[in-house]
Amino acid sequence: MPIQDFPSRLDDAAARKLGTFSYLPPLTSEEITQQVEYMLARGWACSIEHVEPARAMDTYWYLWKLPMFGEQSSAAVMAEVVECRQAHPGDHIRLIGYDARRQTRGLAFVVHRGDG
Amino acid sequence: MTTTAPGAQAYAAGVKDYALTYWDPTYEPKDTDLLACFKVVAQQGVPRQEAAAAVAAESSTGTWTTVWTDLLTDLDYYKGRAYRIEDVPGDSAAFFAFVAYPLDLFEEGSVVNVLTSLVGNVFGFKAIRSLRLEDVRFPLAFVLTCGGPPNGIVVERDKMDKYGRPMLGCTIKPKLGLSAKNYGRAVYECLRGGLDFTKDDENVNSQPFMRWRDRFEFVAEAVKQAQVETGERKGHYLNVTSATVEDMFERAEFAKELGMPIIMHDFLTAGFTANTSLANWCRRNGMLLHIHRAMHAVLDRNPYHGIHFRVLTKCLRLSGGDHLHSGTVVGKLEGDRDATLGWIDLMRESFIPENRSRGIFFDQDFGHLPGVFPVASGGIHVWHIPALVAIFGDDSVLQFGGGTLGHPWGNAAGATANRVALEACVRARNEGRALEKEARAVLSEAARHSPALAIAMETWKEVTFDYDVVDKLATT
Repeated sequence: MPIQDFPSRLDDAAARKLGTFSYLPPLTSEEITQQVEYMLARGWACSIEHVEPARAMDTYWYLWKLPMFGEQSSAAVMAEVVECRQAHPGDHIRLIGYDARRQTRGLAFVVHRGDG
Repeated sequence: MTTTAPGAQAYAAGVKDYALTYWDPTYEPKDTDLLACFKVVAQQGVPRQEAAAAVAAESSTGTWTTVWTDLLTDLDYYKGRAYRIEDVPGDSAAFFAFVAYPLDLFEEGSVVNVLTSLVGNVFGFKAIRSLRLEDVRFPLAFVLTCGGPPNGIVVERDKMDKYGRPMLGCTIKPKLGLSAKNYGRAVYECLRGGLDFTKDDENVNSQPFMRWRDRFEFVAEAVKQAQVETGERKGHYLNVTSATVEDMFERAEFAKELGMPIIMHDFLTAGFTANTSLANWCRRNGMLLHIHRAMHAVLDRNPYHGIHFRVLTKCLRLSGGDHLHSGTVVGKLEGDRDATLGWIDLMRESFIPENRSRGIFFDQDFGHLPGVFPVASGGIHVWHIPALVAIFGDDSVLQFGGGTLGHPWGNAAGATANRVALEACVRARNEGRALEKEARAVLSEAARHSPALAIAMETWKEVTFDYDVVDKLATT
């Protein structure tokens, strides 16, 4: 294959990446569910946050309700993602697994781009 | 063991066997003792117990002859003791000698002082043919006097906003000869392509072709531009290793002034004193500290003489650093898999139990000291990513130099190829797939959506580094 130009420009919103899994094609609902199950199996509390795309680089996004402490059902987590997306259709939405033992996010990835 | 008060003994000049004073198989090590395991090959005719005792003596209170001032102190309180001897499996010439040292022999917070004793004159001692420091148990009482990593794994993830995957880096090449502006270009291309970090080569300090201040300024611009373009946090390990500590601190201060998140240092060539001071500065200034290990193979590669890397790892964790090169297992540089797993545990875990199958001779408690990111770097490329994710897990930095810069379409495409491959592997692992077994399938699926990855896989499909390791673990 001949040398390709690298497709990234400041005026192209798609050049803005959003952390883990943002270099892969968007995950399907089933694929997101598998990641939720991975997080739940580790005992991490799933949580959702969202933000206007212009503020994506900020540390603190809007917290959707509260982290879902004790929630064991991936379907319930996915239902919250849908609800958050309906309430904030133009926002980026991120799913987080809080690992309380290590005091970190065991996983965090964007499940919906508001500018896509 | 004597129960006579030291001052009540008569002074007898002359030379006596080390074993009389320094071999004590009945000794029960205390929790506060510093314990060491040496691999010893004695000269012909020197009994094992005498050789082990000589090592204990020469690395603690002893010298070759009795001196009258011995009687002015309580040597039973201060001396190191050889307390155990073990066979080295599969090796009749060498044996393991275990020595216990009382805590009072070492200055608080000083790995320098520990090394000066344990790997000092004793390594040139004539009665010993060769000597290797295999492992050290630092007592918690000593550990807690050390500063340790300035930030640690958890804090670095928060500062860099990277979660759920290893971080990706790249050492800029050619390692010598680029102008500062061209060097900054290479950095920018890597970072905009999707890497989290780029790195100064360890040989890059402040040479005539690229003075440090020019490099720092152009690199800072590259980092900032790539952040704006990609929306992700980026860093470049600005190497502050220099001829004097004054220069080192001047460079560190300037990196901070430029708003850069991370600097780097070579802990062995620059020395532990400089490293500990720099780690303390990083802790006070909120800067991340990447540690390179030039010179380590001089010390740790010979299985019969020197210092094992697991000891250097422990010393670095105590002295301070947030990243430490660990070897890759799969790349171009030496590294046995089980031994590597052993020392990456020593970097990251707070308590590491004795585990001879990984070369760990003692339980080691690091108390509250945070963990260090192991850095896998050296001759690795996209095809290695499934194995690297399986071996190192998320808390690691994977660095592809040639594996990024050598991409046929350039650094940015090379970076994207690595990032896509990494994310595909993490995703597949989380889905429960066996990464090492399904490596080809996972990468091939990802390459269907990424021409940059497809080309990288084509370019490096034949490159392997299948040489036998020189330093193998001695296991039964």
